[in-house]
Amino acid sequence: MEKKLKVAALKDGTVIDHIPSDKLFKVVHILHLDTCKNQITLANNLESKKIGSKGLVKIADRALAENETNKLALICPDAKINIIRDFEVVEKRPLVLPDEIREVVQCPNPVCITNHQPVQTRFFVLKENDKTKLKCRYCEREVKAEEVRIK
Amino acid sequence: MSNNSLVSISDYSKEEILSILDSAADFEANPNRKSLDGKVIATLFFEPSTRTRLSFETAVIRLGGSIIGFSDAATSSSSKGETLNDTIHMVSSYADAIVMRHPLEGAARYAAEVSPVPVINAGDGANQHPSQTLLDLYSILKTQGTLENLTICLVGDLKYGRTVHSLIMAMSHFNPTFKFIAPEELKMPDEYKVFCKNHNIPFTESTELTDNFNDADILYMTRVQKERFQDLMEYERVKNVYTLKNEMLENSKANLKILHPLPRVTEIDPDVDSNDKAYYFQQAQNGLYVRQAIVSKVLANMPII
Ligand SMILES: [Zn+2]
Repeated sequence: MEKKLKVAALKDGTVIDHIPSDKLFKVVHILHLDTCKNQITLANNLESKKIGSKGLVKIADRALAENETNKLALICPDAKINIIRDFEVVEKRPLVLPDEIREVVQCPNPVCITNHQPVQTRFFVLKENDKTKLKCRYCEREVKAEEVRIK
Repeated sequence: MSNNSLVSISDYSKEEILSILDSAADFEANPNRKSLDGKVIATLFFEPSTRTRLSFETAVIRLGGSIIGFSDAATSSSSKGETLNDTIHMVSSYADAIVMRHPLEGAARYAAEVSPVPVINAGDGANQHPSQTLLDLYSILKTQGTLENLTICLVGDLKYGRTVHSLIMAMSHFNPTFKFIAPEELKMPDEYKVFCKNHNIPFTESTELTDNFNDADILYMTRVQKERFQDLMEYERVKNVYTLKNEMLENSKANLKILHPLPRVTEIDPDVDSNDKAYYFQQAQNGLYVRQAIVSKVLANMPII
């Protein structure tokens, strides 16, 4: 018998691969997998040549919405999304942040209008060298992408 | 949303800034006109600021316009829990433009988004206060004859002082050199130093006031507030070190002018007031002409509905 871990094959759905191990449960949280009724396979601390130790999520019969991929792009920008149909990878989707992110991020500034009034948050995505920063459209504060609070 | 709103100084291009300053000079020559005859301007002050409110209201009244509004949130419907969105919609059905001050940051940007009439930001928390920046620029232009190639010394609370941050943004069009003088706790945030580097603006930093401004054209003083300090001993020390006194100005340039957004506490000794280089009271008065120019601009070329 093969000693290798065999993760159940997926017929239709989405695979999120190359998630840094310490980000796996954050991904579970933001995609609300704890209450998701679809078949889900989670794996963590798998060996990865690229990042040392990685996590993996397989979700049957679910496509990710744009605001969900935006959230993933903030938490684990180097993860890979594979769309599976009939056991085949039909699409590999890189995670790219749009120029503006609406709604998914909460402004860390406690005196920002968005934390006091029913205002949809809007952040400009700023790329400086290889660092990504978000700038609140309203209070104009900047925050590092890895430090954002996701709604 | 109305595109004519003024929320942040960065909403204006260099040309727009210069045209406001031009127009302010016209208003200074002739401040009493009837150009806003029949117009209603709302001044919504969700937090009190008598100085700014009176300046805006006088600007409107001297142009023949009328004022409606409130001077603190306790007397407004927001104290009954009305959303800002609803207040703005209600007021915009009466007024041709809204001047707004609000304690929350970003309130003016949001108001400008939902308002069918132009919104002028008269201060949103620690964020923006563009009419203050424009009156600072007007004062610099008026006293130096130019905005180009000046050495500007910023002193005091450079960490939380929004006026100095906006001044850096606005002056970036005019090839300035900056000197930042602040106590350790209140140093210029990295964000603005990065901004200067990206715009090739030379700057120096120092923690001591004495003698650092002998080559400056403008000495821009700001208020050092007690509540910014965790260590009150440190506040007492700083308060004494950061007081500008007449004798410190002996070797300064002949064209030097001292600005301060007012009100001051202890950072400028009253003995400086009689020095020709003191300009802060005239600076405050310039606010009237600049605000006349701003109100006139936001109401100009309004689409006819
Ligand atoms: Zn914000």
